[in-house]
Amino acid sequence: MTDPNSSVLHLDLDERDKTFLDANELILNMGPQHPATHGVLRVILRLDGEKVLGLECVIGYLHRGVEKIAENRTYTMFNPYVDRMDYVAAVSNGLGYCEAVEKLLNIEAPARANYVRVILTELNRIASHQLWLGTHALDIGAMTPLFYTFRDREEILKIFEKYCGARLTTHAFRIGGCQYETYDGFEKDVKKFLTFVAPKINEYEELLTTNRIWVERTKKVGTISAKDCIALGVTGPVLRASGVKWDLRKAQPYAAYKQFDFEIPTGQNGDTYDRYLVRMAEMRQSLRIIQQAVDSIPEGPIMAKVPKVMKPPVGEIYHSIEAPKGELGYFIVSDGSTQPYRVRVRPPSFVNLQALDLMCRGQLVADVIAVIGTLDIVLGEVDR
Amino acid sequence: MPAKPAGPTPQPWNSPLVDKLKRQYGTGLQAWTYLGQNYLEVDRSLFPTVLQLLRDEEQFDYCVDVTAVHYPNRERQFDVVWILYSFARNERLRVKAQFADGEHVPSAVAIWATANWLERETFDMFGTQFDGHPDLKRILLPDGWKGHPLRKDYGIIQQDNEWVQINLGIPSGQ
Repeated sequence: MTDPNSSVLHLDLDERDKTFLDANELILNMGPQHPATHGVLRVILRLDGEKVLGLECVIGYLHRGVEKIAENRTYTMFNPYVDRMDYVAAVSNGLGYCEAVEKLLNIEAPARANYVRVILTELNRIASHQLWLGTHALDIGAMTPLFYTFRDREEILKIFEKYCGARLTTHAFRIGGCQYETYDGFEKDVKKFLTFVAPKINEYEELLTTNRIWVERTKKVGTISAKDCIALGVTGPVLRASGVKWDLRKAQPYAAYKQFDFEIPTGQNGDTYDRYLVRMAEMRQSLRIIQQAVDSIPEGPIMAKVPKVMKPPVGEIYHSIEAPKGELGYFIVSDGSTQPYRVRVRPPSFVNLQALDLMCRGQLVADVIAVIGTLDIVLGEVDR
Repeated sequence: MPAKPAGPTPQPWNSPLVDKLKRQYGTGLQAWTYLGQNYLEVDRSLFPTVLQLLRDEEQFDYCVDVTAVHYPNRERQFDVVWILYSFARNERLRVKAQFADGEHVPSAVAIWATANWLERETFDMFGTQFDGHPDLKRILLPDGWKGHPLRKDYGIIQQDNEWVQINLGIPSGQ
């Protein structure tokens, strides 16, 4: 019998069919160049007609050797490289790395820096989810949400540009805090954005949530149970949509998250529709966090006293944050010199992508596209 | 000039979990805590039973990461690290073991399905062979690549010239 957890494909062939010469299974290559794979991802599908019997992901097309580069750069020099992994949510990557190195150096970012970090990270979470929604809906065939979400995302990118000069690979944080003080009008811009985007999220929901076609394309597609999620190490909105109420911002708070009041949205069925609802609810919770944070940014220094030449003592640290895609972890080994001895990035998309095989068994080819979209993978992070 | 104060050092870690494991495994296991993070240094012969016990009895049901670190000047060159997390206890734990070059590491795929791709990546980057892995092949690098890049003896601008020559058609390999 097929073991759904096994990664080796077993085919159940009917007795009669074993003697036939025509193949019952078709191997279809969804090649690295494909508009719907969100990057260079190759999926080899084993199909019985249109039903998927199993699939295998071939990754590594965007492998840039980031972990090897880290061993040859100092801690501050490596900071910009981190943005380029999950390039959609670059601010989160930077937050995880800076916090991990701060832990290793045993320094704490000042309260003002933590609040600014939370605001920028949550803005980035909204931007990442908006991009996810636009591209996911586009893959399924709904072209309108793409334009709406990208247009609204521009406001966030404008704030990032005013703050640190870049829209995509922001390099917003430094080890020890933030380098740039918030610009004049930062709070005003963020508050204006909050009032601007809340009705827009309702607009996206109006387009999709009760739309008959959307519901039929996403309900019961790519279902994964909570037990399988935990066994496969899947985290983030995928895990929450399967019913596990777990978010690293609440379970192991970092930055200033302890000060804010927000909920963890969960789903019940673990299908694509639930993941969509969870991410929409997460956007709203992010707005709530930003509202609380921007009303109460404390005064004070924006950067802690950090030695110019950073030489953390010999030791290792593992620090993880709740990135928009899941648990993003950094395992840094220091040997006492200015360059890290080993930096291991635990990417959420890489581990989540492992679950693709299980989620697509028995579904149709069109559903594979929907599931790849709903997993919210970024190949920069999968391959590093 | 006064000497710089010594930084934090790993302290022995005591907890009911550690007591139970020490009763079971005796000297094969040492427990430390550094900067608030707990880790176990386990003798390599105790694998995979210690991981199985951690999952079955101590509720470490989520395997966060499996990776390795290469120390070329040590006799047993590789530090294989498993990072585990327990939802019920909201606790994270690191388990480390030292393995020699070429020694086979028992695979954790039967315990956590997450370990499948994580071990493949560790094999790809370091060359550690995992015994019992259903499909141990390269994951990030192309299939015919020779060499394991994250080892310390693999230079940063080095690449597999042969593969580049054959597959990319660059005659010099650079």
